[in-house]
Amino acid sequence: MSERKVIDARGSFCPGPLMELIAALKLMQVGDEVEILSTDQGTAKDVPEWAAKVGHETVDSGEKDDHWFVVVRKAK
Amino acid sequence: MSKKVLIVGGGLAGTIVANGLCRHIAPQMRKGEISITMIGTTDTHMYQPGLLYVPFGKIREHELFRPQRKVLDKRVIFHIDPATNIDVENQKVTCKSGAVHEYDYLVIATGSRIMPQNIPGMEEGGHWFYDLDGARKLRTALDTFEGGKIVVNVNAPHKCPVAPLEITFMLKEYLQGKGLWNKTEITYTYPIGRLHALEPVAEWAKPAMDKDGIKYETFFNTKEVDPDAKTISSEEGVTLNYDLLVTIPPHNGAPVIMDSGLGDGGWVPTNKTKLLREGSTNVFVCGDTTNIPISKAGSTAHFEADTVIDNLASILTEGRWARDYDGKVFCFVETGMNTGTYVWFNYTTPPNPGAPSQMIHWFKLAYNRLYWLSARGLL
Repeated sequence: MSERKVIDARGSFCPGPLMELIAALKLMQVGDEVEILSTDQGTAKDVPEWAAKVGHETVDSGEKDDHWFVVVRKAK
Repeated sequence: MSKKVLIVGGGLAGTIVANGLCRHIAPQMRKGEISITMIGTTDTHMYQPGLLYVPFGKIREHELFRPQRKVLDKRVIFHIDPATNIDVENQKVTCKSGAVHEYDYLVIATGSRIMPQNIPGMEEGGHWFYDLDGARKLRTALDTFEGGKIVVNVNAPHKCPVAPLEITFMLKEYLQGKGLWNKTEITYTYPIGRLHALEPVAEWAKPAMDKDGIKYETFFNTKEVDPDAKTISSEEGVTLNYDLLVTIPPHNGAPVIMDSGLGDGGWVPTNKTKLLREGSTNVFVCGDTTNIPISKAGSTAHFEADTVIDNLASILTEGRWARDYDGKVFCFVETGMNTGTYVWFNYTTPPNPGAPSQMIHWFKLAYNRLYWLSARGLL
């Protein structure tokens, strides 16, 4: 069972959720999952698009209370 | 029994904390009730933002350095002896010499470093300006550059988030001045889908690049560099040719953080308002070392350090918490050789950069000197 890391990027203007995700994935093993929390609605669209582009898997995404979340599994 | 404050790291964050704390707890230090010790890795303090000017010959190298001992308040006990292990359970730090320092309160400010070796071919094929040796080599490369394709390549994570834009616009004006701009093509690459992490900065940069004829490639996360073929390729499947590659390499934190099991990549999990290490009540983390999703920048280190000073001083003298960190960041942005702007934001206030002006550029040049007052905790 791989571990799931959570990045709380709510209220982060710089470097922002996707940059945090990219940096985190570099430190993770293939199969590990990371959940990114964001108050930027664009994250729900940008992160899955980018993950698909580079070949990572979006496991889950949606809106919860006052923020959006996306779970990505490192695939390579 | 006197209380011991130990600061690991002699960069901007650690130095401001040391100097500021000395002033706040001067009476207690005079009476021998509290001591402040710093463990550093070098006897010199470098003004890192000044490296931006080195490739263009716009700053003398000696202006970047001061002896760390002279920057530090004389009441700070200073050891040049790199930390090799930080043991937060037993409240002690071991150094390269074998010396062991116990503490009551610890401030971890070990900073970040470039890791071009993390990307195949980048060390051999790239130039950078994030350390002095790299900045000197880039200066030499620019001296002999006669036109061609320049790629300015940005990787995550990295510190000083506006520096990639600054070097791009400064390169353009530098090459114009040498009469080489009409023989040069610059392509700027960025890891996410716009030209800067800060949306308003990206919105300003795009038309500015369009106006100058600077090309850009977004969603570009570097996979490898081929120094022989002079190409750089991305995880997203794009390959660019270059004659000169100016890269902002990915960063890691200090090895001692990883070696001590305090955080992946050298970033310490840190409460974003308390600036305490997660799980600790007597370990503060300051500057680039935190894993807080915020800009790794000198101003961040400065504002965090001010918060740590207030809280440590209050805890030591009054037994109470003083205030939380609000996420404040302030960055000057050089928009060319003669103009600049600035951006500030915090956890609740979005950034809103103003129009570039020569006045703000002059402020930035002035700050290049005033920095030493910041490091001394006076500004």
